[in-house]
Amino acid sequence: MAAYMITSTLRRVLLVAKHASFQSRCCVASSRVQYSTVYDSNEKTFDKILIANRGEIACRVMKTCKKMGIKTVAVHSDVDASAVHVKMADEAVCVGPAPTNKSYLNMDAIMDAIRKTGSQAVHPGYGFLSENKEFAKRLAAEDVVFIGPDTHAIHAMGDKIESKLLAKAANVNVIPGFDGVVEDAVKIAGDIGYPVMIKASAGGGGKGMRIAWNDDETREGFRLSSQEAASSFGDDRLLIEKFVDNPRHIEIQVLADKHGNALWLNERECSIQRRNQKVVEEAPSTFLDPETRRAMGEQAVQLAKAVQYSSAGTVEFLVDSNKNFYFLEMNTRLQVEHPITECITGLDLVQQMIRVAKGFPLLHKQEDIPINGWAIESRVYAEDPYKSFGLPSIGRLSQYQEPINLPKVRVDSGIQEGSDISIYYDPMISKLVTYGATRAEALQRMEAALDNYVIRGVTHNIPLLREIITHPRFISGDITTNFLPEEYPEGFKGHQLTSEGRRELVATAAALYVSAQLRSQRFLGNLRVSTTPQEQRQWELCVELEKGSHTVAVSRSGSTFTVEVDGVKVEVSGEWNLASALLPVTINRTPRVLQCLSRDAGGDITLQYLGTQFKVRVLSQLVSTLSAHMPEKVPEDTSSILRSPMPGSVVAVSVKPGDVVAEGQEICVIEAMKMQNSLIAAKAAKVRPMDTPPLH
Amino acid sequence: MMLALQQSVAQSELQQQSRRWYSVSHLSVQERIDRKRNAALIGGGQKRIDAQHKRGKLTARERVELLLDKDSFVECDMFVEHRCSDFGMEEDHNKFAGDSVVTGQGRINGRLVYVFSQRNVMASGVVPQISLIMGPCAGGAVYSPALTDFTFMVKDTSYLFITGPDVVKSVTNEDVTQEELGGAKTHTAVSGVAHRAFENDIDALLNLRNFFNFLPLSNQDPAPVTECHDPSDRLVPGLDTIVPFETTKAYDMLDIIQGIADEREFFEIMPNYAKNIVVGFARMNGRTVGIVGNQPKVASGCLDINSSVKGARFVRFCDAFNIPILTFVDVPGFLPGTSQEYGGIIRHGAKLLFAFAEATVPKITIITRKAYGGAYDVMSSKHLRGDVNYAWPSAEVAVMGAKGAVQIIFRGKSNQAEQEAEYVEKFANPFPAAVRGFVDDIIVPSTTRKRICRDLEVLASKKQTNPWKKHANIPL
Repeated sequence: MAAYMITSTLRRVLLVAKHASFQSRCCVASSRVQYSTVYDSNEKTFDKILIANRGEIACRVMKTCKKMGIKTVAVHSDVDASAVHVKMADEAVCVGPAPTNKSYLNMDAIMDAIRKTGSQAVHPGYGFLSENKEFAKRLAAEDVVFIGPDTHAIHAMGDKIESKLLAKAANVNVIPGFDGVVEDAVKIAGDIGYPVMIKASAGGGGKGMRIAWNDDETREGFRLSSQEAASSFGDDRLLIEKFVDNPRHIEIQVLADKHGNALWLNERECSIQRRNQKVVEEAPSTFLDPETRRAMGEQAVQLAKAVQYSSAGTVEFLVDSNKNFYFLEMNTRLQVEHPITECITGLDLVQQMIRVAKGFPLLHKQEDIPINGWAIESRVYAEDPYKSFGLPSIGRLSQYQEPINLPKVRVDSGIQEGSDISIYYDPMISKLVTYGATRAEALQRMEAALDNYVIRGVTHNIPLLREIITHPRFISGDITTNFLPEEYPEGFKGHQLTSEGRRELVATAAALYVSAQLRSQRFLGNLRVSTTPQEQRQWELCVELEKGSHTVAVSRSGSTFTVEVDGVKVEVSGEWNLASALLPVTINRTPRVLQCLSRDAGGDITLQYLGTQFKVRVLSQLVSTLSAHMPEKVPEDTSSILRSPMPGSVVAVSVKPGDVVAEGQEICVIEAMKMQNSLIAAKAAKVRPMDTPPLH
Repeated sequence: MMLALQQSVAQSELQQQSRRWYSVSHLSVQERIDRKRNAALIGGGQKRIDAQHKRGKLTARERVELLLDKDSFVECDMFVEHRCSDFGMEEDHNKFAGDSVVTGQGRINGRLVYVFSQRNVMASGVVPQISLIMGPCAGGAVYSPALTDFTFMVKDTSYLFITGPDVVKSVTNEDVTQEELGGAKTHTAVSGVAHRAFENDIDALLNLRNFFNFLPLSNQDPAPVTECHDPSDRLVPGLDTIVPFETTKAYDMLDIIQGIADEREFFEIMPNYAKNIVVGFARMNGRTVGIVGNQPKVASGCLDINSSVKGARFVRFCDAFNIPILTFVDVPGFLPGTSQEYGGIIRHGAKLLFAFAEATVPKITIITRKAYGGAYDVMSSKHLRGDVNYAWPSAEVAVMGAKGAVQIIFRGKSNQAEQEAEYVEKFANPFPAAVRGFVDDIIVPSTTRKRICRDLEVLASKKQTNPWKKHANIPL
């Protein structure tokens, strides 16, 4: 370890030398956000803050620190040595190798870093050590300020069993359930009545959380959840409670100081979830009337006061269709989705947390907290939305461009072009936030922002995000936490083209193809190119899309193409810049932004249209006719192969050599990004002798 | 530019069965010409055309039509017939106008190309020659593609071998299929005879059109410059973080190449053979360049026999046809061992050294990480008349890595860890080379594209001649 530290320090010195010449490109565009509180330079908080986190949240915190004139210290694992948060910080310390329990959860190394850099306070971000009372205690012991609530509040709210008792005592509505450590899960579930929710007592963020509808699922869920809880939080205690059907997840942001003042900063609607993890959030909620909002806000504040809460925190509620709300849990940290609250209230929550941590009283009164307009947040993930609404994917961001040139768009990210999305950490790419005077305006901006967001090199969930925010049911506001499974019972399949959309896509592909063909005939300064009397003006093409084939006639006039798709005329005009990742066009007078992901000599073009990627093949009539003679290549049969849907580590092998497995039987369990996934047999088979992989 | 569409056996097979040609004396000469021309156009007849299609292949004329610009083909020797007089071949019904081959000239994207089927040693180095193997090609006929600059194959339907499986069986008693012996996979991955393979006839011909655009028409023409939409001063931020901190960790050289190239387009030559070196064509601000790069992902990017030969041949092609060469260096050295020494790595490694040294086209070199020992020297170093040699901050120009060096210099000494740290401090960085002028500048990786584009513009007028000789004697 000692030797390791030396090399990493040495590397760090080299890094600074290597990158001294250029400014770090900060990806947090929140400089464009207008906050209502000023950064008062006379109000002395801290000289130096260490941010015990990585990625976007570390960058987000540093951003505010810079505005407040506070020096920042980043901690990082070895693989994160050139990460954005490291470049953004004034100082950086390597705290260990890639696995989180050896770096970002490594309290010894982080305490060392604090001492070495002389940091006066620590902002923990979310996740990692943000709700770890042991960490808060160790900081207190060395007189370092933890930017968050006091230890007893973390302790009280961090334990879901205790928090529920406290909430009850503070007259906060709670869900019926078993308030104790679960031992006989099936019996308790039976007493409460199905469906029940099994969740990690120390948990959060959907990890170690499962719903069970019967005894078998309870047993299974209990086993998996306790494993996940143990690996994510180092605490395998679980609790069980009544599962509220068709609920909405609405949470109240609270902000309290050390002088007994507490405010509620309105709600965030977080009902769009998959596997209990939030995907799209908005503030305010379409569902709450002022009375319910006030009632929820006041209960949240009561709870905060009951535990002498200080700092920013979030009280989560489940809200049923009759606007009954039940306390779910309190998160004693800055939430992932805090930017939407900042957008509608104008408060910089990180600034407020730092002020409060230093002991300053809140500057605002409850009546000062506005709801200005509407804000929506899409969580952009490196994951494949076609598999269970999102399984993690990894890779290198070969091209990356955030739509921050658009008005009222905020992107909180901690990555940049060239960054690696690895198996070690959360696969979130960024939080894309748009806001506007009305919900419709914010939604419209979100559509544009998603279309203009360039992400290459990893699979991402923009297809799903765009479908959600344009879904009629979402637009109407009629959502529950079951939105995704209800609307896509067969799983998400991407945007379904209408016949008009199909024509638009085919026409754009054809126009792009012709533009590329024309350009390939333009040589500069070459005298030996045939002086063709006239450039071709008409093209007869055949465009294949999703197993359908279209006869297409293209004619050109300047940069406008008139494309006849199966006899229907479509007019497409644009710049036709063949180097640009974005393809802004006007189709029949409607402006659209498509993206060209690939284009090859064989006529294959991949276009992103309305968020979804479509493979289009554009052929000349001659090629199309002759294509009929080409042999069909048979793809290899993979039903006897079990392939991991994502990179991860094998945590359990459920079969032995010689076992006969049924179709659908679990073969092994893969853990990736802290989620456990069963790999199941695609057909009945017998297990052959195998080398047992080393288990992690 | 010359292009051969090879299918010697299948083509003659196609004409084996007869479509009788009557020479009818009372017809006018004009009528005879027309009838003969029409007969030539349908080759061996509709039945034979259908049979060819059934095999998943196109006829020679269809191929030419796909390859060339519309209506640009001008055929020559359409009336040539074979003169074989044995075994009944002299019979009229075994004779065909335009027998076996279709030759002529045409245009690809407006640029002149000759389509032929005979090898031409004298044309080597004068015009770029490309062969596309679209059927079986055996015996002496294989030397026709072997003598051209590039050989491409069609997967599953083309074969190249000196002797077929039957002869192999009778001589060596070896059982081997056509595909294993001389299929596209064998020649693109094992033998290195072919430079790339494509899915089918159409895919191959369309890619060939695309490839053709990279090449100059002859050694008298400059490398082509096409209209470019990609800004020449575009920064590539991803390159600043691509080289991992651990010097032993791999990364993909293709990420760098695609990052700097116009529109990320890179036409790789021999992508499946000697993968520890990457070679291929790209454009910089519209101008064709040849790119050579060590591939850290495969065998740490070391140089061995196959990669040296692969690189050398590519460099010589570029030099012969006025194509500037960009070299990306991350090479830990030559691969050690008996198999390499017995195989003659000295002789083969010398080819790459020779090729880079004799090349007079603009040469720009970027050292991304390791540039150790003799391998550093070989990879278009300043010592081989490199025009512009850059180092990234992560470059280590040294005789070898710290560990190996310390083990030799301080053999038997105990404080090797300390010495290693000192060696790293002193040599594992670009400064020693920069101080001596072996690198012209240490550049920020994200500016690499901008720098190269600017240098290429400056070097466009470069003129360098080697002393007169009949020809150089490259160590074959």
